Amino acid sequence: MIRFTSKGIYCVPGKFYLDPWKPVDLAVISHGHADHAHWGMKKYLCHHFTVNILRSRIGPDIHVQGIAYNEAVLINGVKVSLHPAGHIIGSAQIRLEYKGKVVVFTGDYKIQDDGLSTAFEPIKCHELITESTFGLPIYRWESIAMQNERLQAWIKDNQSNKKTSVFIGYSLGKSQRILNAVHEMGPVYVHYSIAKLNEAYSQAGIKLPPYRVADLKSDIKVLDNQIVLLPPALLDSQLLQKIPHSAHAICSGWMQIRGARRWRSADAGFAISDHADWQGLLQAVRGSAAEKVYVTHGQTATFAKYLNEIGIEAEEVKTQYGDEEDPQTQTTE
Amino acid sequence: MKEFATLINALDSSNKTNSKKEAILDFLDQASEKDKLWFLALMTGKRPKRSIAVKDLKEWTLEITGIPEWLFVECYAAVGDLAETLSLLLPPPSQLIEKSLSDWMAEIAAVQDAPVADKKAFVVRSWNALTTVERFIFNKLLGGSFRLGISAKGLINTIAHYSGNDASAVAHSIMGEWNPHEFEFEKLIHGAYSDTNLSKPYPFCLAYPIENEPEKLGPITEWQAEYKWDGIRGQFIKRSDDIHIWSRGEELVTPQFPEISEALQQWKGNFVLDGEILAVKDGRVLNFSELQKRINRKTIPKSLREEVPIAVYLYDIVELEGVDLRNQPLAYRRAQLEKLVAANADSALQLSPLVHASDWQSLYSIQAASREVNSEGLMLKKKDSAYHAGRKKGDWWKWKVNPMSIDAVLIYAQKGSGRRSAHYTDYTFAIKDGDKLVTIAKAYSGLTDKEILEVSRFVKQNSLEKFGPVRTVKPDLVFEIAFEGIGYSKRHKSGVALRFPRILRWRKDKTAADIDTLEDIKKLIQ
Repeated sequence: MIRFTSKGIYCVPGKFYLDPWKPVDLAVISHGHADHAHWGMKKYLCHHFTVNILRSRIGPDIHVQGIAYNEAVLINGVKVSLHPAGHIIGSAQIRLEYKGKVVVFTGDYKIQDDGLSTAFEPIKCHELITESTFGLPIYRWESIAMQNERLQAWIKDNQSNKKTSVFIGYSLGKSQRILNAVHEMGPVYVHYSIAKLNEAYSQAGIKLPPYRVADLKSDIKVLDNQIVLLPPALLDSQLLQKIPHSAHAICSGWMQIRGARRWRSADAGFAISDHADWQGLLQAVRGSAAEKVYVTHGQTATFAKYLNEIGIEAEEVKTQYGDEEDPQTQTTE
Repeated sequence: MKEFATLINALDSSNKTNSKKEAILDFLDQASEKDKLWFLALMTGKRPKRSIAVKDLKEWTLEITGIPEWLFVECYAAVGDLAETLSLLLPPPSQLIEKSLSDWMAEIAAVQDAPVADKKAFVVRSWNALTTVERFIFNKLLGGSFRLGISAKGLINTIAHYSGNDASAVAHSIMGEWNPHEFEFEKLIHGAYSDTNLSKPYPFCLAYPIENEPEKLGPITEWQAEYKWDGIRGQFIKRSDDIHIWSRGEELVTPQFPEISEALQQWKGNFVLDGEILAVKDGRVLNFSELQKRINRKTIPKSLREEVPIAVYLYDIVELEGVDLRNQPLAYRRAQLEKLVAANADSALQLSPLVHASDWQSLYSIQAASREVNSEGLMLKKKDSAYHAGRKKGDWWKWKVNPMSIDAVLIYAQKGSGRRSAHYTDYTFAIKDGDKLVTIAKAYSGLTDKEILEVSRFVKQNSLEKFGPVRTVKPDLVFEIAFEGIGYSKRHKSGVALRFPRILRWRKDKTAADIDTLEDIKKLIQ
């Protein structure tokens, strides 16, 4: 039913693609991150919440259809439905059913419930196509409550040392999580690119805590001693240095490793991720009860080898999905 | 261990010297006397003997976690630090226990000679009572090695600030051998043990690379010039017939060079000398690769003593008959040194000859020919200079000959360790031998962070094979490798080894067809 092609993951009987990276007629999109939702498709199909993200990201005049979680549509005889992936707002696992056979493409996902994205639901299938960004057992996330506690403790420490707490996190998903976790500590200023995506949350009916849009050009002094959220593209910019008394923290799963924290030489690194950790990946694979697993991006070789060793047939496949959590591969949005 | 963990975390997460200093001062304010002493011992490399083998720690972790060994290897490659890999893999603790740093050190020392089963029980119990960060520190303590993101100089300045003493006095106070089980912190940093410690060396006086043309230094008559030897810088101490040889890395190397201590037995007087340990045969200084055969050996067989005879070329005298001469001018110290050497004629320790030139121009030609005597260039020292503790700009300069360089192609890459663990930063380079490629050098430094990312990306996309953490890379990227010396060696397939190889620049203008050949490179060997 599925073929891995140079344009993307292709559903043969349905004649459509899942998260393609080259222009095609019909693209079913798992979520709104740039490495999964490319420009140039004649038609897009995604979750309702992702529609506005695609419009603001790719263009207002794209042809896009939104559907709800668990709502099925029939395309050339293939039953297509979306199910919560818990990665970011509107993120979905794509379930395909054709002549009794079920394939699920996870897109990016996490098992932990961040309280903003609809929580991940395991879907039974015959074949599972999964990511493996953090597919090594060294990646084990702390509970969301503990992660939030650490962010708050860091702010508190900064406040007592008269420092400005600057968080660097991906503008779609991560920033909203941080905002949610820290807003009780004081007014939160966000970069306009984050504010723009915050609106997508509001339009979807998801209530975010109050925030202020930071005017970085004219009145940067206002930020002194406050809480600021910036996208990773600004990590190496002059701007960061212009913020008075700033201490900056990177929030990404990669920050689990001491070497990665020191490489970035941030003042703090928090291992907060919108991807599943090692146990999360295993849990998803087991929960799907799939007979065959395809591993798309991240630690593909390692994760596939391990699955085979524990008796789950798996192979790695080459895709062009990247890793939005890696501050190195960031581009400005 | 809470205070210590906080300190480690703070040192780790900042690259600003000032915040590191603050973190240490905070620690010194809060920690107990004993913890402070252990902190200092660990930071200055006075580590206790490793009490538990790495392979045991790894085995127990595999047992607890149930992960296969190959997966462990993958994890280690991604983390780049064994103690940290273990701490991340182990399951969360079931019950936290708080103990001080010195308590942990005492417990670790207590299992030193215990049977393996007892060691295992102790380690497993401890792992289960510590957070991930504390566990990482605990593993480091077991291993006995701890490198933290602060320089020796930064540490000494901080302690000087804390104790209200002069930095050079502190440096001297905490140098040399002292046992954390027997000493007291406050006494130590205030120099209470200095007089009684016969082995105690002085901080080495170091030079900066010369920045301008030497003639801009003023009249040549104010300067002393000598060869810059490429050996092991050392201090040679004889006090009350006790003999100690220290290397610049603050390691006692006395047993490695028996001919030096034997010669010093015969010398008269009490003194501390500064000089260079070199392999010298028939009055000629040998290539560093010869000296290397004598380093890090437990025993020195007689045949090796004959094959690679050792001598010391003396530069300076820092203490004579119990008197610290460091604040005397160099000209005075040199005269004292010459007097001492004259009174103890000996081929094992001799003066490093001065280089005489009446003007800068003639010094240039001597400098350019330095390699002919197997030296790296010249040292220029102001005749009225003191023997500073550490580096001070202006008085001592090193004037090295330009490095040699070759063009080589990248063929293996490996992820680095520590802060470099996220990227491919450790490279092996090859040159041409006929139509084959043969390895010649490994290099870790010389690229900017941005270039490292670019090379890393190339490695990911152009890996041909995988041997554990090592990737074989399509031979495509050419780099200019600079080095200080070259000699025959079995370490690399080419049969030659480079001294201090480092990447000078990435030659994006060249392809693998343009790299140097082994035949040409062998011509560089003296």
